[in-house]
Amino acid sequence: MRAMCRGHGPLPQPPTEEKVLLPLNDVIHLAITGIAQGCAYGLIALGFVLIYKATEVVNFAHGEFMMLGAFAVLTFSEVLGWGFWPAFVLGCLSIAAVGYLVDAQIMRRIIGESQASIFILTVAFGFIFRALAGMMFGWNTRSLDTPFDGKIAIGNLVEINSDRVAIIIATVLLVGAIYLFFGRTRYGVAMQAASQNQLAAFYMGIPVKRLVSLTWAIGAFIAAAAGALLAPMTQIDTTIGLLGIKALAGAIVGGFGSIPGALLGCILIGVIEPFADYYLPGIKGVSAYVVMLVVLFVRPEGLIVQTYQKKV
Amino acid sequence: MSVAKTLSVRNLSIEFGGVHAVEDISFDVAPGETFAIIGPNGAGKSTIFNLISRLYTPTAGTMHYGEQDLLRLPAHKIVHAGIGRTFQNIELFEHATVLQNLMVGRHSHMRANPFLNFAFLPGVRKSEIEHRRKVEDIIDFLEIAQYREQKISDLSYGARKNVELARALCTEPTLLLLDEPASGLNNEETDDVSFWLDDIKHDLGITIVMVEHDMNLVGQVADRVMAINNGRLLAIGTPDEVRNDVEVQRAYLGVAA
Ligand SMILES: Nc1ncnc2c1ncn2[C@@H]1O[C@H](COP(=O)(O)OP(=O)(O)OP(=O)(O)O)[C@@H](O)[C@H]1O
Ligand SMILES: [Mg+2]
Repeated sequence: MRAMCRGHGPLPQPPTEEKVLLPLNDVIHLAITGIAQGCAYGLIALGFVLIYKATEVVNFAHGEFMMLGAFAVLTFSEVLGWGFWPAFVLGCLSIAAVGYLVDAQIMRRIIGESQASIFILTVAFGFIFRALAGMMFGWNTRSLDTPFDGKIAIGNLVEINSDRVAIIIATVLLVGAIYLFFGRTRYGVAMQAASQNQLAAFYMGIPVKRLVSLTWAIGAFIAAAAGALLAPMTQIDTTIGLLGIKALAGAIVGGFGSIPGALLGCILIGVIEPFADYYLPGIKGVSAYVVMLVVLFVRPEGLIVQTYQKKV
Repeated sequence: MSVAKTLSVRNLSIEFGGVHAVEDISFDVAPGETFAIIGPNGAGKSTIFNLISRLYTPTAGTMHYGEQDLLRLPAHKIVHAGIGRTFQNIELFEHATVLQNLMVGRHSHMRANPFLNFAFLPGVRKSEIEHRRKVEDIIDFLEIAQYREQKISDLSYGARKNVELARALCTEPTLLLLDEPASGLNNEETDDVSFWLDDIKHDLGITIVMVEHDMNLVGQVADRVMAINNGRLLAIGTPDEVRNDVEVQRAYLGVAA
């Protein structure tokens, strides 16, 4: 749980007497931190949703791709010493390869088994990845040098850590790339077609199995990117993948079948968190799940229902 | 487009948990021929299609299309061999428009190589326009222009059947497998199908293998008919020969009784 409570940066101390309205600059600061955190959840959620749409599998080990990604980028940057960006690209690509292989070698074989077995298998992957990461990279908390250690001033109102801005920009870029890929490339369109009807996709010449593995690779790549970008805020250890549970909560809040919905749900949860922690310290760290439960009661299909028009 | 070839099926068999769904069936379909498969419910007709299109692997027997050994191909390569198909239960991309469904039908003809072929890059744009032209020809041919931008889930049953046929044609097959192209259609729609099947055969030169219960339609369009029952071959011949075959009559009477 440690990992889940981290990451909001220095919080303003709650006044002991009574809760007062925060000054504007603190509000902006918390909001941007929340959006950044929400974007990181959103990047992980993107993988959940893509894999779910392609195979109806919820990959409970998806947060672990994020954790492995952070370690992989860290390792490449230490071993190669070429700085952050080459390590970032190599790290994300190697986790993409891990995602591809997990599907091609294992998940593909249990298609058609009961949902319960698939659930247990992906949960087990989570444990295995955490154990492997501990053995390979150690159990200590590590930190990654990124180029985002400065601050960016907005007027003279508030200063924002550039790591937060980096996550927000990266999210916009990655989501844009995903949108173009699925909407405008032959393989992206084929993947969407296969997610609607695998049988028909086969007879249009679409290599459905390979594309499902590719979907896993893309999901893993994005999660790994989130892990590396989040490293300045969370540090890196084997438990940071537990953030994936919050990403899952965000995806459920937004509507699991919809990519914009999942992103929105995650950002909502990310923004609510630091404020809830401030005003309602009693539910510190669990506000994401409270929001999820409320949404599940009020609107079980999520806030946004299939607004994502499948473009085939 | 490559030229049509002979489809030859030899001693084809498949079992599902002891049920002999198809047993020792052999037949040839000549280039340009329209070949119908008839038989009572559960006879194994769709299973033969599923075997030819490699959804199932036979327990025995061989299948060749021209020189191509179909058993060497995975299902997603069948279209590259020039074989297109429709399904008894209509398998379309439900949440997409008619046009989008047909464009996916062009997938196997799109440039295979560059991985990130974004549709707004000039070269890709040009080839997309060409694919779009092919698709529009087929839209005109099957008279589905009025549905072009509609979602499949909003279409009537008859319209969906046309779209599925259109999508199969978009793959530019030389052999078309049609599973009950007229089932569920009214008389007028069935007449349209009969008319199109004629055009597909004569104008496009496509070989057709169809499963069909409507013996009127079979009599109108088929050159030869194969009747099967309980997975076994009963008779092969012209529509009249098969209609008058004693075994075939007994199989149908047996079902009716
Ligand atoms: N995947 C399968 N698993 C088990 N049994 C199957 C499978 N596919 C077909 N069968 C069995 O094979 C037999 C033939 O089925 P098939 O669908 O080929 O019949 P058909 O001739 O197409 O009938 P219909 O006119 O009703 O469409 C049936 O007994 C069916 O239950
Ligand atoms: Mg059938």
